[in-house]
Amino acid sequence: MAFFLQNVINALQWGSFYALIALGYSMVYSILMLFNFTHGDIFMTGAYIGLGVATALLALSGVMGVVVPGWLLLIFTIVLAMMLTSLLGVLVERVGYRPLRDAPRASAAITGLMIGIILEYSNLAILGTRRLNFPTLIETTTYTVGGVFFTNKKILIVGIALLLMLALHLFIQKSRWGMAMRAMSFDYQIVPLMGVSLNVIAPLTFAIGSSLAAAGGILYGMAYPVLDPFMGIVLGWKSFVAAILGGRGSILGAALAGFLLGFIEIFTPMIFPSTFRDLIAYSIILLILTFRPYGFFGQAHSTQLRL
Amino acid sequence: MRKWKTALVLALTVMIAFVFIACGKKRQAVIKIGVNAPITGDIPKVGEGTKYAAQMWLEDVQKAGGLKVGDQIYPVELAIEDNESKPDSAVKGNTKMISEDGVLVIVGPQASKQAIPAGGVANDYQTPMISPWSTNPDTTLNRPFVFRGCFLDPFQGPVVAKFVKEEFDFTKAAVLYDVASDYPKGLAEFFKKSWEEINGPGSVTAYESFTTKDTDFSSQLTKIKDSGAEFLFTPQYYNEVALIVKQAHELGFNNPIVGSDSWGSAETVNLCGADCHGLFFSTHYAAAGAQGATKEFIDRYQQKYGYVPDDVAALTWDAMRLAQQAIESTGGLSGDIKKDRQAVRDQLAQIKDFQGITGNMTFTEEGDPIKCAVIVRISEQGQFEFYKQVCP
Repeated sequence: MAFFLQNVINALQWGSFYALIALGYSMVYSILMLFNFTHGDIFMTGAYIGLGVATALLALSGVMGVVVPGWLLLIFTIVLAMMLTSLLGVLVERVGYRPLRDAPRASAAITGLMIGIILEYSNLAILGTRRLNFPTLIETTTYTVGGVFFTNKKILIVGIALLLMLALHLFIQKSRWGMAMRAMSFDYQIVPLMGVSLNVIAPLTFAIGSSLAAAGGILYGMAYPVLDPFMGIVLGWKSFVAAILGGRGSILGAALAGFLLGFIEIFTPMIFPSTFRDLIAYSIILLILTFRPYGFFGQAHSTQLRL
Repeated sequence: MRKWKTALVLALTVMIAFVFIACGKKRQAVIKIGVNAPITGDIPKVGEGTKYAAQMWLEDVQKAGGLKVGDQIYPVELAIEDNESKPDSAVKGNTKMISEDGVLVIVGPQASKQAIPAGGVANDYQTPMISPWSTNPDTTLNRPFVFRGCFLDPFQGPVVAKFVKEEFDFTKAAVLYDVASDYPKGLAEFFKKSWEEINGPGSVTAYESFTTKDTDFSSQLTKIKDSGAEFLFTPQYYNEVALIVKQAHELGFNNPIVGSDSWGSAETVNLCGADCHGLFFSTHYAAAGAQGATKEFIDRYQQKYGYVPDDVAALTWDAMRLAQQAIESTGGLSGDIKKDRQAVRDQLAQIKDFQGITGNMTFTEEGDPIKCAVIVRISEQGQFEFYKQVCP
């Protein structure tokens, strides 16, 4: 039982990252009918921005001689990094996607891949090839309950991820901007005629998606404190799988599928040899998609932003 | 019409000029030594150590005016190729250095993942290659032109198994390794084999793997913990070591974690911090407490680059000097690169009792040196301390 619960906790943490990144894919898709393949690298950049902000804050509090509690630093880091990374998202939309809005979708998707490569290699050019260590903001404390081990970081990661998803849900359902986004997802060619500008809604969508990825990046840095310019590639692909599995355009679907992916990846090696983990995990997902080609919450020929 | 002719004549002249320039270059005798290193990619610190050690060696040679072979002194040049820590780039790098740069000897690649395929190229083109750090047997197997500067995994696997048995008297082992990389995969197998020879079948209670670039090992580690293993052996590179050790501790696995020579990078402690203090690994040399020529090298390196050199740098230094000794003992270069490469290879194969800073080396017929291994303990200050020496 402890063995099982331990893996549930492992899977919740691992799934949080997939869920947070998958949300960004799904949102952009529902508005612009476009898979933003830069998203994995925006996640990576968000983690590095978080590292920069955290290091700067730590240095600042050191210089001023004030002892700032770790949780406060973490909140500041997350908020600042989310803001900075949302600017990057807006920039990517403006420079990369807006000029190609009426171009074939394939061109736009390729643009996304290229911007991703640019982000990876500019990181490599600026910061060099060394692996960077994400600074410790909160000292790790390990708790044991009935043979199950978990740390304060794991609780924080899952908690913050769920909190952000709830905030996104409220924003989309309750706010005027959210309403505009939902309207845009019906048809991005007609709705602008009603006075909702796509040039406002599209950057907003990118900003929100990117800031969620940044939050994911910082949480990731806390859990796996060795950063690498190429860390967003595979994670981005797999989160993309989660977005499809959840149903294109479905926020709830993307979040749930993200966690499901985490569970499948963690539990497969429990039963099979770990060498076959991804092989079996993704065969299962392929099987699910065979029976539900539009994902869990997706509908045929609809990309409407739903919850 | 006339214009065309003028253009044609001009083009021909330029081409002929190029041919002459190229020939002129060849005639000016320079000894070129290739270095194939992972400057970028997964293990950039390894590439950095390689480059720095090679440049330090070059400095010494330039100070002496060049390499004296027979009665002639040749200037020396380095051709450094970045293999991006990828097998295909390592192959490309070797091909380029052999066919375009005309190198006499190649030093590198370091990791077995790149050294095994790149060694094939060097052997096919009959160019001597010395991999300073590759411990997988396949690198030099049936390749007369490929050598190495370190011991082999079939030796290192039993060294770790015996050490753990003597030190802790454990009976249950767990292994966690990267299935997509030649070095960890090979070493994991050799370790498993010798551990089971000592403790009987079934004594490796968990034999778990992952693939390169994975960062979450929680499911494997949970399984390892659940299997009742008394210690974990993980022959991984520094970036993964930090993640594995930290996650193991977070999951409540507080038994010893033992590593191999891939741990011996300055980055291991930087990334892993206090979690790695007190752990053991087998390696080629220990910087703390070194003496003689080894200490001289460490001091010089530290003064120049600001940190204590890791085993890769020390092994690269030895490999460069092995190459130097082989070139010098050919007794004279003919200028025909093919003949000279053959001569250098023949000299390399004959080296006996070479006094390296990582220990004495005598080469066997397969191009592998016979040398000792060292068990290092990571101290509470994060230094690599000499703990024990194990000789074949």
